[in-house]
Amino acid sequence: MKVLVPVKRVIDYNVKVRVKADGSGVDLANVKMSMNPFDEIAVEQAIRLKEAGQADEVIAVSIGVKQSQETLRTALAMGADRAILVVAADDVHTDIEPLAVAKILKAVIDEEKPGIVLAGKQAIDNDMNATGQMLSALLGWSQGTFASGLEIEGDHALVTREVDGGMQTIKVKMPTIITVDLRLNEPRYASLPNIMKAKKKPMDEKTAADYGVDVTPRLQITGTAEPEARAAGIIVGSVDELVAKLKEAGAV
Amino acid sequence: MAVLLLAEVTDGELAMDATAKTVTAAKSLGEITVLCAGGSAAAAGEAAATIDGVAKVLVAEDASLGHRMAESTAALIVSLAGDYEHIVAPATTDAKNVLPRVAALLDVMVLTDVSGVVDADTFERPIYAGNAIQTVKSIDPKKVISFRTSTFDAAGTGGSASIDTASVPADPGLSEWVEDKVATSDRPELTSAGVVVSGGRGVGSEENFALIEKLADKLGAAVGASRAAVDSGYAPNDWQVGQTGKVVAPDLYVAVGISGAIQHLAGMKDSKIIVAINKDEEAPIFQVADFGLVADLFDAVPELTEKL
Repeated sequence: MKVLVPVKRVIDYNVKVRVKADGSGVDLANVKMSMNPFDEIAVEQAIRLKEAGQADEVIAVSIGVKQSQETLRTALAMGADRAILVVAADDVHTDIEPLAVAKILKAVIDEEKPGIVLAGKQAIDNDMNATGQMLSALLGWSQGTFASGLEIEGDHALVTREVDGGMQTIKVKMPTIITVDLRLNEPRYASLPNIMKAKKKPMDEKTAADYGVDVTPRLQITGTAEPEARAAGIIVGSVDELVAKLKEAGAV
Repeated sequence: MAVLLLAEVTDGELAMDATAKTVTAAKSLGEITVLCAGGSAAAAGEAAATIDGVAKVLVAEDASLGHRMAESTAALIVSLAGDYEHIVAPATTDAKNVLPRVAALLDVMVLTDVSGVVDADTFERPIYAGNAIQTVKSIDPKKVISFRTSTFDAAGTGGSASIDTASVPADPGLSEWVEDKVATSDRPELTSAGVVVSGGRGVGSEENFALIEKLADKLGAAVGASRAAVDSGYAPNDWQVGQTGKVVAPDLYVAVGISGAIQHLAGMKDSKIIVAINKDEEAPIFQVADFGLVADLFDAVPELTEKL
């Protein structure tokens, strides 16, 4: 069985983003970019499936600007076997919407025929939490979202999901789309020798047009603003003062 | 124009707060029909009919809809979608699971975690862990939207909408429910609580989390946690507040032993009053706190609990 892992190049999670003064978006010029943290967890899980003998090949896919090949090299250094880069944007500020990404991924899946797709639950830039579910809908496959546990047993998978009230376990039919949550695993670091080896692993480069997918956004961005700033607070000297301030503010 | 609103129904019971807040969010979009789906949903339907602003309620009951499996629930919503321009729900894990599937089946984009309605096509939503607010105009014929409930007030009750039964499409048979591990709690529900007390890595252990819980009980508050506290096993995952956990905006949020990482702030910085107790005066949490106390939480929290 092949495993397909979509990975996204996003602003590094530690970077404090800045909104451009003209309201046209977030400033991504000269900002550190990394693999979306949830996608690292998906790559790790795919490699673990291979190590457990449940998968033969791990394919990483990324869609976006040409520089996304760095993200794919990271996935290859972690242990993915080969990569597919789908160039769909010229500028780092163009974020391809989940619907278009799902359509491209569907086309890749139609060619590669993986038995399972492991994706992150959301990208930390657009915070959409939609691509995995959309992909599953387009394929007519089952979905196991927000997975913190995964066991593959023949023609189905047992998925433990993180839901609002606690945990839920479901049984999904294979092939399936799983979106992973933070607690599924601890992703490994790529070692230096593996980073060197990753440079020799195959990476196909395609375009959205190769798959006949139109990436025109359905949601037109009309403005991007800073959230309202909070008024400066005060540091109190003691618990008594804190209690007094809270009473004054009517909070207790 | 008509709106189909997927009610939050758990084990046959309506989550009134989340559903009523979504009614407020959607009321400017058109006449609202609330859909209550589940293994049992009739009682939820009756409760939904009392929300002010609800014109009609549809009840869909079938074993395949128990536990709101995405595949069967999405098929139900799509079968009803023809009559509605907007399909909306509160941004709970149930809705996040099913709405993008609905949108893709209708070949439209989804708008998730919407925090503001500008007009029937234009919406605001936070991006980059809440560090920017994007305004987007949808050119799709149907809008599929999950609303961030913490930014809307709950609609009142006293209405008496008519209740109809919806027919349920055949189960696609792709998935089945196995079991739930529900965290039981007598405390207020985190996303609707007026007061939230949260603990972080600084609390140090699961046993020490009792300090946080005592303070919460004194304040009639819900208990929250940072990712560090959940990952370390001090607190269950459904207590996590932040970009990837729950988003809350209570009247009072007390952060104890929480440094205030970007990802945590994303889930609580719209709270009315934020109190931070941390021994590190450089902790980023103090930049958003209205009242900060630089102190050892093991001294300050018991003293605060006693003096309230």
